[in-house]
Amino acid sequence: MEALLETRTAADAAINHELTSEKKIHFLRQMLRIRRFEQTALKQYQTSGQIGGFLHLYSGQESVAVGTLSLCGEDDHVVAGYRMHGHALAVGMSMNECMAELFGRATGCSKGKGGSMHFFAPDKNFWGGHGIVGGQTPLGLGLAFGLKYKGLKGCCLCYLGDGAVNQGAYHESLNLAALWDLPVIYIIENNQYSMGTSQDRSSAFQKCLAARAEAYDIAWDHVSGEDLYEVRAKTWQAMQRAHAESHPTVLEIATYRYYGHSVSDANAKKYRSPEEIEKYRTLHDPIQLWQQRLMDEGILTAAQATELDNAAAAEAEEAVRFAKESPLPNPADIFTDVYSEVDRQTPAGRTGKFFFND
Amino acid sequence: MPVITYRKALNDALAEELTRDENVVILGEEVAQYNGAYKVTEGLWKRFGDKRVWDTPISEAAFVGLGVGASMMGLRPVVELMFWSFAFVAYDQVVNNAGCIRYMSGGLINLPLVIRGPANGGTNVGATHSHTPESILAHNPGIKVVCPATAYDAKGLMKTAIRDNDPVFVMENTLLYGETWEVPEEEYLIPLGVADVKREGADISLIAHGRATITSLKAAELLAQEHNIHAEVLDLRSIRPLDEDAILRSVRKTHRAVLVDENKPFCAVSAQIATIIQQKAFDDLDAPVLRVCSLDAPAIYSPRLEKLQLPTPERIVEKVLSIA
Ligand SMILES: Cc1ncc(C[n+]2csc(CCOP(=O)(O)OP(=O)(O)O)c2C)c(N)n1
Ligand SMILES: [Mg+2]
Repeated sequence: MEALLETRTAADAAINHELTSEKKIHFLRQMLRIRRFEQTALKQYQTSGQIGGFLHLYSGQESVAVGTLSLCGEDDHVVAGYRMHGHALAVGMSMNECMAELFGRATGCSKGKGGSMHFFAPDKNFWGGHGIVGGQTPLGLGLAFGLKYKGLKGCCLCYLGDGAVNQGAYHESLNLAALWDLPVIYIIENNQYSMGTSQDRSSAFQKCLAARAEAYDIAWDHVSGEDLYEVRAKTWQAMQRAHAESHPTVLEIATYRYYGHSVSDANAKKYRSPEEIEKYRTLHDPIQLWQQRLMDEGILTAAQATELDNAAAAEAEEAVRFAKESPLPNPADIFTDVYSEVDRQTPAGRTGKFFFND
Repeated sequence: MPVITYRKALNDALAEELTRDENVVILGEEVAQYNGAYKVTEGLWKRFGDKRVWDTPISEAAFVGLGVGASMMGLRPVVELMFWSFAFVAYDQVVNNAGCIRYMSGGLINLPLVIRGPANGGTNVGATHSHTPESILAHNPGIKVVCPATAYDAKGLMKTAIRDNDPVFVMENTLLYGETWEVPEEEYLIPLGVADVKREGADISLIAHGRATITSLKAAELLAQEHNIHAEVLDLRSIRPLDEDAILRSVRKTHRAVLVDENKPFCAVSAQIATIIQQKAFDDLDAPVLRVCSLDAPAIYSPRLEKLQLPTPERIVEKVLSIA
């Protein structure tokens, strides 16, 4: 088992020590962009009537995506569940393409075909965006397998929720990760609830959810999501283990979601008290805490923070405008992107009947 | 007669069967304390308690398999899948265990199990959440599949499913949960394998199941008003067992059929119906049997396009006009 890093030393860990003020402010900017993007998307969901289906908001969890993904290099890859707008923006996807996807537009990251749960950007090493709980966990394994196979010194960060840890696919993946020494890092974003079910009502465990890794002889650690320095320091340890030794790790990051499970969570304030939500919003908000920290370090002024926030809000509004002005896919587009060979009209794509519309 | 929602009809069926038979037990994600993701099980945990209504972790393979095992012990589990799309995580339990154990035991074991939940597209939740697996599940002998289109059918079929001694998969529809129909107060059952003529007509048969029945009824109305064509709408209700006689009766009366189906066309339920008609009513036909299915691609997210992907009354009318 991994020795637990002391929180107070997290800021001094080499990976944080070397950060420039600019970088630190950039992390704040990214978290604010995620928060503003989602607040804007929520408002549009409720007022425009142009966004359908689910909308799983990440507000409260921003430090996890921003902290962990800030460490990724060229050969590090990412795969996540459906609550991943934060990850998408953190890997560098634009607000425009993400907002347009929510609006079902042809300019969306998936051309309006995937929706809120299914964002993808392979050019940024971002492999989705997966709607089936736990379905991404074997994919993380496979991405890590591919990296190792090609001899690349990278790893795969695979995100899942505290409810997803009870899917069989995840357990099967842990076994293979350990057995074949694959450079995958499972990051459990423990926001304490899977829909309306608290962690205690869904999981049997000792110590914490990540500790289940012990049974597979996989290193694990527990991380406070409130502290971006700690998120980075501990994730970096896991990434070094993956890069240098090709060993997997399970990280559990304690965090909280402010909104309901999806926009239509009728019981959002029943399975947990409004006081609990308020407590996290006011005392444990990762953005406020980071902002305060940077002010304490003397590298950020309140005016600068406001400026960053305003810029994020303006960018989100602009993304809405972009989305609304973008065209819808054509009805004929329903049949593209199903088969690569057909799209490219290769001999293989021209042989035999592929579609059965009468 | 009271007018209630499809959701309430299902809820009443579950409550009545929980009351009638202490071996009935409900299992699934968020079915108890949360009252069900789609509120089908609302109030049941409060009323029947922890022993009868169980919240499960997000472990479909485990709790569906648990349902199969518990049914071997003589319980009558009603397992909710939040979406039938999630059955694929539990596919081995669904097909190999629920579907084959009775046969492989030479009939020594019965599996009085119900698996239920919504199985539909049309709600912009993307391809992973929009599957309509009635065709691939009814494909397996050993499994029974029903797809109620109205509150009345939902209640009657659910009660029968729970009392049935084989695995019955009830496929509901989130777009119907809030719709209302007349449902009598007194108890009734609807046998599996009996179709229902939802609208009489002499010119053409529209044969459908689930929400496609409702779409067909709208098309029939348009056909009557705008084209003076009187379509009969036959609701299969049950996919396996299937009411073959009702299908043939309707086709022999109208001599034309358009099959309406929210499945993707390849090996859809309608493909089976078409083969039955051509084999057994060939000489009664005045036109080829046509189909209106979901457009053949994974479910698209884009809300306005997904509307076009599912059968619409307009597409049905167009197909009908091409042969009538
Ligand atoms: C296999 C499967 N079962 C159920 C669902 C429905 N569902 C979607 S999210 C969710 C809760 C997941 O909770 P958690 O893993 O804690 O992630 P969080 O939503 O908190 O980010 C459920 C039950 C699903 N999408 N896939
Ligand atoms: Mg959770």
